[in-house]
Amino acid sequence: MASHIDELVDFDVALEKYDPVLGFEVHVELNTKTKMFSSAPNVFGDTPNTNVTPVCLGLPGVLPVVNKTAVEYAILIGLALNCKIAERCGFARKNYFYPDTPKNFQTSQYDDPIAYDGWLDIELEDGEVFRVEIERAHMEEDAGKLTHMGGATGRIQGADYSLVDYNRSGVPLVEIVTKTIEGAGKRAPELAKAYVAAIREIVKSLDVSDAKMERGNVRCDANVSLMLKGAEKFGTRTETKNVNSLRAVEHAVRFEIERHAAVLNSGAAIVQETRHWHEDTRTTTSGRPKSDADDYRYFPEPDLVPVITTPEWIEELRARLPEPPAARRKRLQAEWGYSDAEFRDVVNAGVTEAIEETIAAGTTAAVARKWWMGEIARLAKNSDVETLDLGVTPATIVELNSLIESKKINDKIARQVLEFVVAGEGTPTEVVEKRSLAVVNDDSALGVAIDAAMEAMPDVVAKVKAGKLQAIGALMGPVMKATRGQADAGRVRELVLEKLGIEG
Amino acid sequence: MSAISREDVAHLAHLAHIEMSDAELDKMTGELGVIVEAIASVSEVASADVPATTHPIALFNVFREDVVGPTLTAEEALLNAPDSVDTRFRVPAILDGE
Repeated sequence: MASHIDELVDFDVALEKYDPVLGFEVHVELNTKTKMFSSAPNVFGDTPNTNVTPVCLGLPGVLPVVNKTAVEYAILIGLALNCKIAERCGFARKNYFYPDTPKNFQTSQYDDPIAYDGWLDIELEDGEVFRVEIERAHMEEDAGKLTHMGGATGRIQGADYSLVDYNRSGVPLVEIVTKTIEGAGKRAPELAKAYVAAIREIVKSLDVSDAKMERGNVRCDANVSLMLKGAEKFGTRTETKNVNSLRAVEHAVRFEIERHAAVLNSGAAIVQETRHWHEDTRTTTSGRPKSDADDYRYFPEPDLVPVITTPEWIEELRARLPEPPAARRKRLQAEWGYSDAEFRDVVNAGVTEAIEETIAAGTTAAVARKWWMGEIARLAKNSDVETLDLGVTPATIVELNSLIESKKINDKIARQVLEFVVAGEGTPTEVVEKRSLAVVNDDSALGVAIDAAMEAMPDVVAKVKAGKLQAIGALMGPVMKATRGQADAGRVRELVLEKLGIEG
Repeated sequence: MSAISREDVAHLAHLAHIEMSDAELDKMTGELGVIVEAIASVSEVASADVPATTHPIALFNVFREDVVGPTLTAEEALLNAPDSVDTRFRVPAILDGE
């Protein structure tokens, strides 16, 4: 832990004086069946050191062989990011000593990435579009997983020793590097979050990564520097490593802006260094300064020959690209007729696919939205789970809706039925039958309840007779009570008017 | 004047985690200098229209299909490990040497 608390400047105050400059390196773990250079399984969560081959362990004399699917996934990512695809590229050794890589180098790409010069339009929450230029996307391999033991914090500082699992060693990665991003201003933290969210969404839609940030499938290093407004030269940057949730990316960028501003205001200089993000305190602490150790002595990997792409191969892959997520959202919004605000809420709630499936299963867009954004979201919130984790299926919504449309139940009862379905009591139809929740619309039973209510409230009846039709509402309470909420309000009104001989 | 300085050699030795005595540094500076000069002479022969080569044989796109193959067991993986805990390698405190 840092031995001191960093001084901070209020975010808005910092932004009055400085312009933030950003840059991101996002590592995406591919979901190929095997690793980048060996046929070991690429599986998360298995017993340590069981998904390894001699290649993964860097044993003497082994030879790597490139996974063709991983190359194709890298090209797909490049195409989705509007990159040019290299006609020819190769692999290089990045040399460093650290126990997470048993061979003392990481096989990566150096000056000839497979994809380069792309861009991605990032839609911010209010709909403003910010273009982020992509410098490159290159192929490399993941390192093993270290667990630091002993010491007070479980962190590397103060650890007594570390344990190494090489199951992750050699898992295919694509590292996506942006060009310098200027002009985000006070929206820098929001842009950071939206950018990583967009990358995650793209690799998920391409089905080239499981894209689970909590598992480290998508990891972000965020570069931040500040320059005085109007200045032409960039300030010194820091690189905050492994910020592994969308919220953390936003917070880390914000924190670094506030910290940089305080350092610069005090007249001191920013140290070019790695910063570690701490989710618990929402702060960064100093890691290692850039030094000689960053001299990675890249050189061409002699054991791997170049990759050459043909236009035919690239076009074949381009044909496999799904509809880009942003375009898909525009199309769905138009098809469903939601307002901007309604659609944004749907996207933020993460129920776009659920609504799409519900509509496909046979409801209108309005009905699907009413349920997913209404009662299902409310029940989920009450049980403190994500909306999708409540276990409500599109089929349940369709069934509930048809029960309402056939007037078997009303909206209010339908909400109760859903609660019982979620509690595991069966399908909506089963719940309605088991709990006798069907609306009372046989007129004789209703008639008895209405007669009783009218008898008890002669003054109301008089008002209705005098033409104040809205007074019928007062009869509704006792009728609903008598029928345990199962009366159809429209039918009650009709019957009352009928009994009084009034034309509705 | 050698093409490589004594400081270059000391720097490389440090990066490569190789401890070298003063005498070894002097000797290696001379030897590496000769090698660097010899390699530099290639550029006298290669004209600008000769593309850089990283591999002597013109092979490319040597790929493997994405199919799972045999793996080592954890016991086999750990056979040469100086130390281990359960099925993981155990290594000394990492920040100690810095």
